[in-house]
Amino acid sequence: MAGALDDLTILDLTQYVTGPYGTRLLADYGANVIKVERPGGDPARRLGPFPGGHSHPEKSGTFFYFNLNKRAIVLDLKNPAHVEVFGRLVDAADVVVESFRPGALDQLGVGWDYIHGRKPSLPLVSISNFGQSGPYRDYKGSEVVLFGFAGEMYATGLAGREPVKMYGTAGLVQAGAAAAGAILAAAMVGREQGIGQHVDFAIADALLSSADRRHSTLIGHEFSGRKTVRRASEAVGLADGVFPCRDGYVEMHGSARKWERLLDMLDRPSWALEPRWIRPEAAQDATTVEEFNALLTGWLMERTKREVWREARRARVLCTPLLTIAEIFEDEAFAERGFWQAVDHPYLGTVKTPGRPFIMTDSPWELRHSAPLLGGNTREILAELGYRGDELTALDAYHPPVEVD
Amino acid sequence: MPRLPLEGLRVVDFCVAWAGPYATMLLGDLGAEVIKVENPHVWPPVMRGGRARPTRESLAGMGGMYGGYPNDEPGPRPWNYSPTFVQPYRNKRSFTADLRTPEGLEILRRVVARSDVFVENNAADTTEKLGIDYEWLRSARPDIVMVRIPAFGLSGPYAHARALGVHLEAVMGHPLLRGYRDMDPSSNSIIFAGDYFGGLQAALAIMMAAWHRKKTGRGQLVEVSQAEAASAMFAQAYMEHALNGVSHQQLGNRSIYNAAPCGVYPCKSPGPASSGDDRWIAITVTCDSEWEALRAVMGRPAWAEDPALGTCAGRAERQDALDEGLATWTSREDDYDLFHRLQAAGVPAAPVLEASRALADQHFEQRGVFASRALFDVAGKFRFLAPFYRMPETPATHRQSPVAMGEHNEYVYRELLGVGEEEYRRLVAEGHISMDFDESIP
Repeated sequence: MAGALDDLTILDLTQYVTGPYGTRLLADYGANVIKVERPGGDPARRLGPFPGGHSHPEKSGTFFYFNLNKRAIVLDLKNPAHVEVFGRLVDAADVVVESFRPGALDQLGVGWDYIHGRKPSLPLVSISNFGQSGPYRDYKGSEVVLFGFAGEMYATGLAGREPVKMYGTAGLVQAGAAAAGAILAAAMVGREQGIGQHVDFAIADALLSSADRRHSTLIGHEFSGRKTVRRASEAVGLADGVFPCRDGYVEMHGSARKWERLLDMLDRPSWALEPRWIRPEAAQDATTVEEFNALLTGWLMERTKREVWREARRARVLCTPLLTIAEIFEDEAFAERGFWQAVDHPYLGTVKTPGRPFIMTDSPWELRHSAPLLGGNTREILAELGYRGDELTALDAYHPPVEVD
Repeated sequence: MPRLPLEGLRVVDFCVAWAGPYATMLLGDLGAEVIKVENPHVWPPVMRGGRARPTRESLAGMGGMYGGYPNDEPGPRPWNYSPTFVQPYRNKRSFTADLRTPEGLEILRRVVARSDVFVENNAADTTEKLGIDYEWLRSARPDIVMVRIPAFGLSGPYAHARALGVHLEAVMGHPLLRGYRDMDPSSNSIIFAGDYFGGLQAALAIMMAAWHRKKTGRGQLVEVSQAEAASAMFAQAYMEHALNGVSHQQLGNRSIYNAAPCGVYPCKSPGPASSGDDRWIAITVTCDSEWEALRAVMGRPAWAEDPALGTCAGRAERQDALDEGLATWTSREDDYDLFHRLQAAGVPAAPVLEASRALADQHFEQRGVFASRALFDVAGKFRFLAPFYRMPETPATHRQSPVAMGEHNEYVYRELLGVGEEEYRRLVAEGHISMDFDESIP
């Protein structure tokens, strides 16, 4: 069975995290993604994690993860011979994606006017921090800058402290998943209707629309004038919050929503059956909450997080363990579901990494390519574009492979 | 006249809370006809508010996200405008049927027979209990695409585990990777990044399945495990373990790539955090030239002259000192003013915006990210989010205000199913067709 997108070719000029994740999702389901890197490569090749912490352009964990299933070529778009290669790639593509500073591609002479002039049915998707228009068009971004400005960072954390972000580049990855939809939609319109268009995808726009609370806090204020603020303390509600257990923590937000199920999970100990917990005002009374949670914590401390989760699943309670990354790697259930994929790589060896993003039964995910080496597919891509003989050899010689150290 | 990318695709939306409705919102934005099926006799726990008929008193003291109803009133039909959930209801239609009854299921089956996609993100056994599964859908429409978005997938020991976004993120590692560096994970706020991410991926999966179906004529079953999907947000932590066998720790607002300084710093505030009036600026310095630029904007203070701070490695080793020096400086500054000065100098920075300030930002305003629309049976207009896919030739617009339950009963029953006047009246009398939740629901 072939991937759903096996008839689409994507010319991918994106760098770092957001764009590459968007195009990886499409490559995962069969799209022919050709990654064009500038001399020296995608700057993500300089981002860790690296084995042993030693930086090397072919060993970046960030680059590896976000570029699986792609092939790559290096082009210097200031070199006319390379611009001609780029032109042939444009001819063969169903959509072009880029994530340079707004206007940078135009300055090189290969921006929207060039692409639209060369192939009118070909869309260009430009991914940027703040968009291709507006007063902040040229402003720089980062995970914390964009999540702070557009996402719901303000109400994350404690009132007495600074707002706090998500892990790593979680927001930029989210924006990448959102961008994938724009890329696919633009390619569909190009193929089905012959309409090329310049799509403006702003990371800030996507995070502003985030279903992680921001759309709610925006409309909540617009409707009522009410604000959504950080809570005063880590104090939690009745069986509601993060609680310690014998070997770590469990997440219990909303677990008291169905009280009978919670009692079932606890196996109805006498302390939990006292009528004072189910008074309507109990959840608002700090002393009651503290007393109940102390008893609950006693119950939890006698159990491991996995034992707690087993009881929660049996009783259908909103309660899950906080797993470490190491525990996820060792988890049998994820392994049995086929969550992992072993990927061979010439520099990294065999890497165990999350594989399929989701399961499509009639057009399944498939590992077709490991993360590409710098210029690693140059020769085959040039040949596919019709280059032969000396011309091919000369272009291919431009970027010698990185030596193995 | 260009057609929208998904024009002609009819999607039945049997979704709750956020991941599913968010996915179908994106499809609606791109032109699909999304039809929600709702049951006026069963209160969906997380879809149209905390409860059907909140009182003014019950909303007192609640923040905007949960308690911010239009004009600060619960209004005549509160379920149609819960601030928590209302935004993803744009560009959709809604009809009702009592799915507890055989006739209600038969009505749904007739809608499915005229549709292309069926999406659900309920707890893993909810649809089966109603008798709705892939085979049942295929009996109505052989080439249907069924997309299921369960928390932990449809198989394995966790398949029936209950979860909101915050729970599935716990299982995938997030709470041990985020939050204050000096506090344990019990200090973490509840977030729903997993819902958002599951919805984004599900929308993409549906678009792919629709493309595949056009080529092959075949529908399929698609399974998006929200937990497994969410793992991509923690990609570098997974890679660190895969390559080095070690786990990342909570880094607060610092960079996993050792960019320094990287954080959120206090600015002049008109009031306290408790009233949403505290101000902060996010700053990231990714290279030496940005550090030089930052020093210049600061006026080259003595503490920043240390030559050891001139390199990435040197700054990464001195983050506590950098944070302290920066905070002392930023706390005297206005956040927006500093934002523009830093960006003009080439330093990545932005204010951390409380929602009301995002609504007032000139950049968002000029880009038209908000669309002023009326709500069903509520006076006045409100600024909702506009679709964020900006495709000039096939523009996604906010063409239908957040849909009221049953708003399109006439369309679905009369136009789509061809129900006559007499039968329509009977279906109203028997409780299938309604715009109100059953009065027994509080």
